[in-house]
Amino acid sequence: MKKNWPLWEVFVRSKNGLEHRHFGSLHAADAEMALENARDVYTRRNEGVSIWVVESKNITASNPDNNGELFEPAQDKAYRHPTFYELPDELKHM
Amino acid sequence: MNNNNLYKYILGIADNTLILGQRLGELCGHGPSLETDIACTNISLDMLGQARNYFQYAAKLKGKNYTEDDIAFLRKEHEYLNVLLVEQPNTDFAYIITRQFLFDVYHLLFLNSLKNSNDLTLSAIANKSIKEVSYHYRFSSDWIKRLGDGTEESHQRIQKAIDDLWTYTDELFHQTEGDKTMINEGIGVDTLKLKEEYYKRVNEILQEATLNVPESKYFQKGGKDGIHTEHLGFLLADLQYMQRTYPNMQW
Repeated sequence: MKKNWPLWEVFVRSKNGLEHRHFGSLHAADAEMALENARDVYTRRNEGVSIWVVESKNITASNPDNNGELFEPAQDKAYRHPTFYELPDELKHM
Repeated sequence: MNNNNLYKYILGIADNTLILGQRLGELCGHGPSLETDIACTNISLDMLGQARNYFQYAAKLKGKNYTEDDIAFLRKEHEYLNVLLVEQPNTDFAYIITRQFLFDVYHLLFLNSLKNSNDLTLSAIANKSIKEVSYHYRFSSDWIKRLGDGTEESHQRIQKAIDDLWTYTDELFHQTEGDKTMINEGIGVDTLKLKEEYYKRVNEILQEATLNVPESKYFQKGGKDGIHTEHLGFLLADLQYMQRTYPNMQW
């Protein structure tokens, strides 16, 4: 292929009630083909009930060089984390 | 065996899916892109799964110690009853898609009738397969439109594939004497009744894809009577190699 198809990111919801999760990426000429390809590449073993695709270029990502200033300040403040509760067993997927 | 007609009728259906499944399986690792490679081999697995259902039923009818493997792998070339269309080679992606499309339109119409068969096993297999085949049809008709309405080169290549494979379409509706008996018994599908709808659907997609519907009225047939093109022998050599080299081997 002289011209590669653009890259798409695939998000799959495995069950109703759960959120879509990033499954991986693939190439496709347009959104419709990206959905069909996602079905074949990622959901042929019963993995999902819903698929989202988004062209990778539309995702704005944080720069790993900035990880220090972005993420580290949160690490030494335990009181920001709601870890002092006991979750009831019935509450799944938290 | 008292019902040779039913046995042969099942083989006719089963061989179409076995041979096309094998053809698509040849693409494993050789598809034009990772995504289409997986799509074609997915369809292949669907078709081989369907073939197994039919062969298991055929083996039961044949009785004694016959297994699905004996029937799938150990017949001679002229004992395979698939239509000529499905044995045509993977010349390029345009031929692969065209062969699939011309078969899928038929396959979907056929299964939708077969589910009303008096034979409960055939009816159940048809019901189970329709969802899969609906997806195959969606995949192949979508690609026909993309290639037809794509670039100048893709248009020209898909048109060539359609012109070349068109000659194998009429055989889909050909009825052997055995087929006619099965139709009269309410088991078989009266394929002649599907013909008009078939060409109507095919023509609609081709027009949408800005492709010409071939005007040729010369058609090839023979596969349903066991008379095949030169391509089938090579395919069978691949397909049968393991079972003939290691008789009765199992995975």
